[in-house]
Amino acid sequence: MDGTSEDRADALFHALADRTRRDILRRVLAGEHSVSSLAASYDMSFAAVQKHVAVLECAGLLTKRRRGREQLASGDVEAVRSVASMLTELEGIWRGRIDRIDALLEEN
Amino acid sequence: MPVTDVTQDMDTRTLTITAEFAAPVERVWQVYADPRQLEQVWGPPTHPATFVEHELTPGTRCTYYMTAPDGQRYGGWWQITEVDAAYRLTFDDGFADAELNPVDTAPVSHNVYTFEEVDGGTRAVYVSTYDSAEALQQVLDMGVVEGSRLAIDQIDGLLAA
Repeated sequence: MDGTSEDRADALFHALADRTRRDILRRVLAGEHSVSSLAASYDMSFAAVQKHVAVLECAGLLTKRRRGREQLASGDVEAVRSVASMLTELEGIWRGRIDRIDALLEEN
Repeated sequence: MPVTDVTQDMDTRTLTITAEFAAPVERVWQVYADPRQLEQVWGPPTHPATFVEHELTPGTRCTYYMTAPDGQRYGGWWQITEVDAAYRLTFDDGFADAELNPVDTAPVSHNVYTFEEVDGGTRAVYVSTYDSAEALQQVLDMGVVEGSRLAIDQIDGLLAA
């Protein structure tokens, strides 16, 4: 494993560890939002929301583009899938084990 | 379905799965205490497990390997840390080489299994924690993956949690 992929995994997990950032991500995955319209959705300052958006952007979960004076943010579905799928793949292994235990217990 | 709850904690890289089995606690414990039964459940059908050393005593190392369809063997070990027979088992789980010696550079998971009686059946809570996101990724890269692919609605469910 190179340092880059390790740093990237850390950034992904850090970005998703915050409730507000997950909420922002959910919105921008559904469609492009301006940062100012996102800021209006939360009971916190524009600067605070802008900071959350920056963390998501650093983690590669969100991309921004400029339109006039507005900053538009949209989510990167593939990046979200990569981090969430790690825990979900593990869950799949576990579900398989539990099903086999259940079958074994039913046998006798 | 025996699985009643699943919690994924991205911050602590912990997976907690709760399941209920229609069998007494002592019977469920046997699945872990008897290596021949454990072999039937640990590896997926495509990669059956064989336990070479197995003793549920704190400080003991158990060793096993899983055999892939092409005959390739994948080694693993459990280092038993805590045992309260029938009710609680804690151990570290890691990868081993062909001689079943631990691979120090490979990731290790910390596991806490608890079993309690519920209406004549058993509620099992499995908690599995990885030290880093990279360790988790490495386990999935190295390990046997039978997991399902993630659908977009599952992502949404996870993010909403």
